[in-house]
Amino acid sequence: MHIMWFTERAYHHVPEEEVLKRRSFFGVPNTFFDASKGAVLLNQYLDEKIYTDELGFDGVMLNEHHGTPFCMGAVMDVEAAVLARATKRVKIVLLGNPIPTVANPLRLAEELAMIDLISGGRLVPGWVRGAGSEQLANNANPAYNREYFDEAHDLIIAAWTRPGPFRWEGKHFHYRFVNPWVLPLQKPHPPMWIPGLISPETVKWCAAHKYPYVALATMLGPTLEMWEMYTAEAARHGYQAGPENFGYLQPIFVHETEEQADALGKNFLFGGGFANFARPEWMFPPGYNSKEATRRLASLYSNPNLPGKTLIPQHLHSMKDIAAIKKAVYDNYDNAKESLQIITGTPKSVIPKLRKVLEVLRPGIFSFWLDGPAPQADRMTCLKLLGTEVMPAVREIGKELGLTDPFEVAPGSRPLPATGRPDRVGSPAALQAL
Amino acid sequence: MAEKGFTEEKVRVGDTELQILKVGTGKPLLVLHGELGFPGLLKWHTALAAKRTLHIPLHPGYGKTEPASWIMNIRDLGNFYSRFIREQKLTPTDVIGFSLGGWLAAEMATANSAQFKKMVLVGAAGLRPPSGEIADMFTVTARGYLNANVHDHQNTPEFLSLFGGEQTPLQYEEWEEARAETARIAWQPYMFTQSMEHLLANISGLPTLLVWGKQDGVVPLSVGEAYKKHIEGAKLVTFDKCGHMPEIEHSAEFIKEVESFLG
Repeated sequence: MHIMWFTERAYHHVPEEEVLKRRSFFGVPNTFFDASKGAVLLNQYLDEKIYTDELGFDGVMLNEHHGTPFCMGAVMDVEAAVLARATKRVKIVLLGNPIPTVANPLRLAEELAMIDLISGGRLVPGWVRGAGSEQLANNANPAYNREYFDEAHDLIIAAWTRPGPFRWEGKHFHYRFVNPWVLPLQKPHPPMWIPGLISPETVKWCAAHKYPYVALATMLGPTLEMWEMYTAEAARHGYQAGPENFGYLQPIFVHETEEQADALGKNFLFGGGFANFARPEWMFPPGYNSKEATRRLASLYSNPNLPGKTLIPQHLHSMKDIAAIKKAVYDNYDNAKESLQIITGTPKSVIPKLRKVLEVLRPGIFSFWLDGPAPQADRMTCLKLLGTEVMPAVREIGKELGLTDPFEVAPGSRPLPATGRPDRVGSPAALQAL
Repeated sequence: MAEKGFTEEKVRVGDTELQILKVGTGKPLLVLHGELGFPGLLKWHTALAAKRTLHIPLHPGYGKTEPASWIMNIRDLGNFYSRFIREQKLTPTDVIGFSLGGWLAAEMATANSAQFKKMVLVGAAGLRPPSGEIADMFTVTARGYLNANVHDHQNTPEFLSLFGGEQTPLQYEEWEEARAETARIAWQPYMFTQSMEHLLANISGLPTLLVWGKQDGVVPLSVGEAYKKHIEGAKLVTFDKCGHMPEIEHSAEFIKEVESFLG
């Protein structure tokens, strides 16, 4: 099992009301940004990641977002480069680079190759389409998002593997001289993992490419359905999916006492939390969704202001009363805990809860996720307890459940059963038992 | 769903099955719809249909006509329509274009002004505004953008009948398709061609009427004034207390101006 740690590098000095009144982290004016505070935070976040290396985590996971206090890591390759040099053992897992928003994928291939070399071959790059708001923040045409994604992906692989110099005349990218001098240390190229919010198109694409799919804190039921879709698609491509094909990101808050852990966990709902990332008009810019996805949304929501899962109840969207919205957000805390979307507690009390998640999804890749405007000392306590007490127990559970990771079993290397019908990877029975 | 008040036809243009709405009798008038797709039967259609046949193609990608992946900018779309009117033996035809459709007509005219007899541009995009900006439809909801199209909603019955009330799932889907196709061809520069100001000098001997609302909140009046400056002999008509859709906000005066211009 590959165990990682993740945090958005949030800027927590924005008043919560500023986020709530806009119903969105994206779009908060950057006049609220104080560079001296940002400098402190960015270094603290790097220190935490370096600490994961000392604690024996297998990986640190990074992501990136633009134009939002939700995440200051707007160019995660910069952080990855620092970690490549400052850590010794931990894998640097980038989930992921938003390739449709990168105007120059060849430069990205060069950046990543350098990181792989500096880290001694510890890079795991991953690709995302980028949230809708990222298209606006980078002025990347959302209507070509899927085409940019496919072509940039192919170009990066070609740049790493095809002897140069060569020419690239694609639909969207054109290069007269592809010949990056610095190539990745890992051959033929670093392993690639894909994170997502269980969009069926991406899940199928991953299965076709034998890329592990990492679900980002999605609800367990729908996540399990996507595992089934991946497994069926994998069978169509002639292989049996295994735990090494799947990963899961789990919000978790651990402290010395239950009360302290709860105090940490509630921070996760700051500003409406993950689900309040951006307003619908920014989440779904024109052409970003496939026709099918638009049809699904149209049938669900006749009001375009309200699609998407949100912790802010729909009837409050038109409300001006920020206190009422805030109350509604935090009233949802117990529900989030009940459905295991948020796990809190002491090391002793969180381990059985984690076991439940692992029994349902059986992922070979598992990442802890800590976020929210908590004091640095509490964050470090959480991280330490995760590393020293929770992680060893999770490893044992992983061994017991046979949760092989992509470094133990190459994704796509398992033959299908003789019947040709693939075995399930996750466990609906365990989900039922919750 | 069939469009009320029109006959529908499909015409093959290259690889594309172009959906056309038609109404009226007489000389052809090519109608190029805007960035939110075709809105439905309006008073001005009925009025002009008394003397003319309105040919209203539904642009590729805007719902009823499938997208053509090779059409990636307004010039591609303009050339597509040049082929269409030539093959349909409509050339030279009168043309009226609204907003993005006005930009499209202007592009076609710069390439070959002889394909048109007379041209009407209504709140046309296509030129970088000398002052102000073209309102960005991509950072707001379709409903929010529509609201910005009209100066006085309550006193514009056609706006309320077309777009008032709860948004239906079908409207959501159609508007999203229209927004997606507009992004494909007009993402950046947003709704204008950098070289348009220079290319407009290629338009020669084409009577041109420019119609603008003085309070146009989408394509500022400064764009209408710039078109007048750069198109030989162009006439600019403006309406006060009027936004981006004079055809519905001041429909009686709009019909009068357009009828008198087209003759």
